[in-house]
Amino acid sequence: MGFFQNLFGKKNSANNAKERLQLVLIHDRTDLTPAELDSLKDDLIATISRHVEIDAQSMQIGVEHDGRSQRLVADIPIKSASRRRSSKVRK
Amino acid sequence: MTAQVVTITSGKGGVGKTTAVANLAVALASGGSKVVCIDGDIGLRNLDVILGLENRIVYDIVDVIEGRCRLKQAMIRDKKLPELYLIPAAQTRDKNAVSPSDMNRLIKDLRTDYDFVLIDSPAGIERGFRNAIAAADRVLVVTNPEVSAVRDADRVIGILEAEEKGPAALIINRLNPVLVKNHDMLSADDVLDLLAVELIGIVPEDENVIIGSNRGAPVAFDPKSRAGQAFRNIARRLKGETVPFLDLDSHGSLWERIQRLAGRK
Repeated sequence: MGFFQNLFGKKNSANNAKERLQLVLIHDRTDLTPAELDSLKDDLIATISRHVEIDAQSMQIGVEHDGRSQRLVADIPIKSASRRRSSKVRK
Repeated sequence: MTAQVVTITSGKGGVGKTTAVANLAVALASGGSKVVCIDGDIGLRNLDVILGLENRIVYDIVDVIEGRCRLKQAMIRDKKLPELYLIPAAQTRDKNAVSPSDMNRLIKDLRTDYDFVLIDSPAGIERGFRNAIAAADRVLVVTNPEVSAVRDADRVIGILEAEEKGPAALIINRLNPVLVKNHDMLSADDVLDLLAVELIGIVPEDENVIIGSNRGAPVAFDPKSRAGQAFRNIARRLKGETVPFLDLDSHGSLWERIQRLAGRK
């Protein structure tokens, strides 16, 4: 039985449950839907772009959890200042 | 004597709260503690039938709160364990007949004379749940290794933290070791990973639980039941003892037992 289930890709429903729960719990705990996260991302891009030129295409934003506390993690690549030949030097 | 007031809750219904309360009460009272358990599920009482005390009810918790009887008159002594008492829920009233401050007052009177007060919370996160946690020193959250139960447990754990009743401790009930082994059920580690709380017990699925409830004799009375053993271990942990968790894989499948016999494992 187990063998045939594996053969037809039915195995590991536990992993499926865990992955689905991980996402559901993040949304339950933060009250943040994927759509709201997207709109937050757009706002962040708009705000940060006013100060520094960023690579909006490869920007990543997500919620990570550490124990029972959640943290919003954004990875925002900045376009190199020298390539832009900017007169101002920024960190 | 100052009682430890322990509330058992879950969010989702049907995960085994009442069974857990009945078994912990039996295990604690068998170990010599003086125990009172309170059915907090007003309108849907069940702790009385699980303990086999349904025919002895005269007064209930609402009668005490509304002054129709004294506290002692509503306390039903167990048939086998003279140090175990039940305060039944009212069956024909609703949850609004009791308030959190009523619960605090009632439990204050019990604290001096008993070692443990166990409160069986109703499912949900409304009034009945608020009543059940009002006086708690400690809250145990019961869940099953199953998506909806884990999700609801997470909600409840969050509320308990917000209400400063945390940190909650988790009972994973009805774990089926064979399904876990086949990766078709969340393991205890998976559930702990998701909920990030302290674990106080893992109770394996065991048909003796149903047989015990049919008879009104919780499995904690049964020395051979695995679930009974798990509940007895939780009771000892509540008393502050360090007890290792049961090895739920010790039986294994036939093939694994053969492999073990052949010395391959």
